Amino acid sequence: MQSKIMNNPKVVDLEKVVIKFAGDSGDGMQLTGTQFTDTSALLGNDLATFPDYPAEIRAPQGTVAGVSGFQIHIGSIDINTPGDIADVLVAMNPAALKANKNFIKKGGSIIINIDSFNQRDFEKAGYKQSPLEDNSFEGYNLIEAPITKLTRETLKDSKLDGKSIGRAKNMFALGIVYWMFNRPMQQTESFLKTKFKKSPDLVEANIKVMHAGYNFADTIEALSSSYTVLSAKLPKGTYRNVMGNQAMSWGFLAAAENAKKELFLGSYPITPASDILHELAKHKNLGVKTFQAEDEIAGVCSAIGASFCGSLAITTTSGPGLALKGEGIGLAIMTELPLVVVDVQRGGPSTGLPTKTEQSDLMQALYGRNGESPAVVLASSTPANCFDWAYQASKITLEHNTPVILLSDGYLGNGAEPWKIKSTNDMPKINPNVAREGDDYLPYARDKKILSRKIAIPGTKGLEHRLGGLEKEDITGNVSYDPENHEKMCKIRSEKINRLSNIIPEQKIYGNESGNLLVIGWGGTFGSLYSAVDTLLKDENSVGLCHFNYINPLPRNTKEILSKFNRIVVCELNAGQFANYLRMNFQGFVFEQYNKLQGFPFTSIELESHFKLLLSK
Amino acid sequence: MEKLTNKDFSSDQEVRWCPGCGDYAILRAMQKSLPLLNRKKEDFIFISGIGCSSRFPYYMDTYGFHSIHGRAPAFATGMKLANPNLSIWQITGDGDALAIGGNHFIHALRRNIDINILLFNNEIYGLTKGQFSPTSKKGIKTKSNPHGTTDEPFSPSDLSLGAKSSFFARVVDTNPKLMQKIFVEAEAHKGTSLIEIMQNCVIFNDKTFSSITGKDVKKDAQLTLEHGKPILYGATMNKGIILNKFKLETVIIGENGITIDDILVHDAYEQDSTLHAMLARMRPPEFPAALGVIRSVKRSTFDNDMNSQIDHEKKNAKFNNVNELLFSGDTWNV
Repeated sequence: MQSKIMNNPKVVDLEKVVIKFAGDSGDGMQLTGTQFTDTSALLGNDLATFPDYPAEIRAPQGTVAGVSGFQIHIGSIDINTPGDIADVLVAMNPAALKANKNFIKKGGSIIINIDSFNQRDFEKAGYKQSPLEDNSFEGYNLIEAPITKLTRETLKDSKLDGKSIGRAKNMFALGIVYWMFNRPMQQTESFLKTKFKKSPDLVEANIKVMHAGYNFADTIEALSSSYTVLSAKLPKGTYRNVMGNQAMSWGFLAAAENAKKELFLGSYPITPASDILHELAKHKNLGVKTFQAEDEIAGVCSAIGASFCGSLAITTTSGPGLALKGEGIGLAIMTELPLVVVDVQRGGPSTGLPTKTEQSDLMQALYGRNGESPAVVLASSTPANCFDWAYQASKITLEHNTPVILLSDGYLGNGAEPWKIKSTNDMPKINPNVAREGDDYLPYARDKKILSRKIAIPGTKGLEHRLGGLEKEDITGNVSYDPENHEKMCKIRSEKINRLSNIIPEQKIYGNESGNLLVIGWGGTFGSLYSAVDTLLKDENSVGLCHFNYINPLPRNTKEILSKFNRIVVCELNAGQFANYLRMNFQGFVFEQYNKLQGFPFTSIELESHFKLLLSK
Repeated sequence: MEKLTNKDFSSDQEVRWCPGCGDYAILRAMQKSLPLLNRKKEDFIFISGIGCSSRFPYYMDTYGFHSIHGRAPAFATGMKLANPNLSIWQITGDGDALAIGGNHFIHALRRNIDINILLFNNEIYGLTKGQFSPTSKKGIKTKSNPHGTTDEPFSPSDLSLGAKSSFFARVVDTNPKLMQKIFVEAEAHKGTSLIEIMQNCVIFNDKTFSSITGKDVKKDAQLTLEHGKPILYGATMNKGIILNKFKLETVIIGENGITIDDILVHDAYEQDSTLHAMLARMRPPEFPAALGVIRSVKRSTFDNDMNSQIDHEKKNAKFNNVNELLFSGDTWNV
């Protein structure tokens, strides 16, 4: 904690702080964390969040496997990651303490719900005796709060039943943390009023408990001071807090409006992508059509059907769903129709780690289909820029009439950060490549420069034609089994994507443009790579960061960048898929790897120490 | 609107089904039916999956889409939702619809999306050269089960009525007039119109329906249902169906005191599908097979319901454009 004492001896000003809320998966920790996030965002802090929860809705109560956590990093300075370790931990039970004991900064504050620290809960958490009685938490600021008891006491006159009263205890914890960080409670109050609109008793109870928590913190001596985190110096503009999946949904809405297309989503619920379906389903008023299909395959196929009929059509999924959609995507490649496929990646293989993050679908996105079936592959890299990449994916697919796979991941999808809102008026124009009535239409005739064919939308007079998965004859689009034609068409489909590299911007480098170490990353690891490289640059190390969003095709200056560094390390949350992809495309370079497959993002600290090691050798 | 003829719907592609295939008659009947529908040519889409029948769209001079195996209902759903003004015809076979595509098939029927499905049922796999299908009669010997199948077949009518089908009709490929009549009724019906066509595969399962379609037997082996009319059949239409103790029975008018008044009157509009299912299950030699429109009931359609919701939401809209959404709620200025 970097701190300096301000004039008021009771209030300490912090540049940045990491807070983690942890409890049972039914304890409401996600809501508590989100409330703290929204309040901090409105105060102008820069921030990043990391929700981490079990795959089970109600995992066995009190166990380490059932712990649900929400980590938030707020600052008055530029914040790019949810933080490596917590300055403040809220642990609602012994399991939450156990699950997080290695992720609290030495000397940090731990607020525990002492009412849950009993023999039964110790055993459930796998402790033989109270972890508070040995010396393992010596040197920490341990705040023992009787949260359950005081919540009940606060609501002793309430009409609510015992279960509802018990549930309000997360608001007590939130109240304590609001006091610690000098946050106003109005935002949460108005949130509760909307959320429990139909039950004024619940509104009153939750607000009362939050205030009780706030007052408790104000009263007890355990907290010698409270802290503030001033607003960050962000570029001028109007801001809001967004989560990745939400930003992604809005990017598609913006693209559809600017392309003058109806937005169609065909999808099947899957963690961690479902929130895109939920978000878009809310906006029927903007003409969005969301179709919850009977399975993943019907999700992609309905989207292709809608695309054929003129919609901006998308399908959203995660790894296992992408596997099921493979044949459908192949059809969209063969028929050269616009389609965006979003893969919010999670841990694999098979069902894997549904609620944890990973980047292991890269090869599946690039090659996971039968035949020679190249697709454009893009990756978003921060929660907020999911908006831009959804927009860009839509623009490419509509203008080039070829499917685009957009990779996000669980960390980006569920993570939040402040977003300087972009007006749809400031986004680039989208000009769908569509044939009009009266055109002399040949379905597979193409633009010589970008090699894209024009699509003709049913209902357009005189342009009746047939599409399908059988090989197409060049120009006419008739079924063709001609060997020469097949080879030609395979090459065209591939070249069409390669030529995109003439249009997309050159790859940028952060830090040194040449030198000792080039750090390479792609997608959701941007925040931690940037933070690590930033620290090394401050110490004047010869290092550059090259973080990719365009995966296929790669930016045209990629090779040039590679050739300017002595050493290259490719960092990714998989076993080395992007490194292998680069090896295949750029022979003659040595690509070292730094990989992690633990379901968690990189920490900046681990990256920093690994890069230092590479720089010292 | 310009007057269209069957020629307007014939594409320039050479038809490549086997000589004698039942599909030819269906194609011709379809090309003759479309001009009767009073719709613009550019508003038709033919969508298929994989199989012999799924080549159908290539031969129709309309918008067409030859998609992937079993998934045609999903494509059709996306099409209809994207543009409810289109007339969408799904062409499928017993393998495409009931095996690999069984899931999409039942869900389309359940939702009652306003499309027409032509199920070419030949009780065999043709394109993959002769394996048994989910409608093959139990025990038939095929390449993939040389000792006879041990698979119990699906009944397309029971399956679709169980999936809440709002329109079920049946026809044989040798009766083009009835086909045309049913196609016109299917298009008029709002919801998923399923038409089972008993179609002969001359190569791999020849004469599988001969007990129904054989020239010598068909008068007594076929019965064409018409809504509101007594259920009669036979060369002189003197035979009929009655309901006796919850079971159907065949009777002859004039025998055992049976008069025309004893004969069941077909009610295709009845919501309860029990009697429709019983009629559809009838098979020779005990009964004639029921053809015609067996069930046609009013039920809200998926596309219409979705569009009504959208219209309602637009009228009560909080935001009229995306910018209003982006700048709504908790924002702050720097």
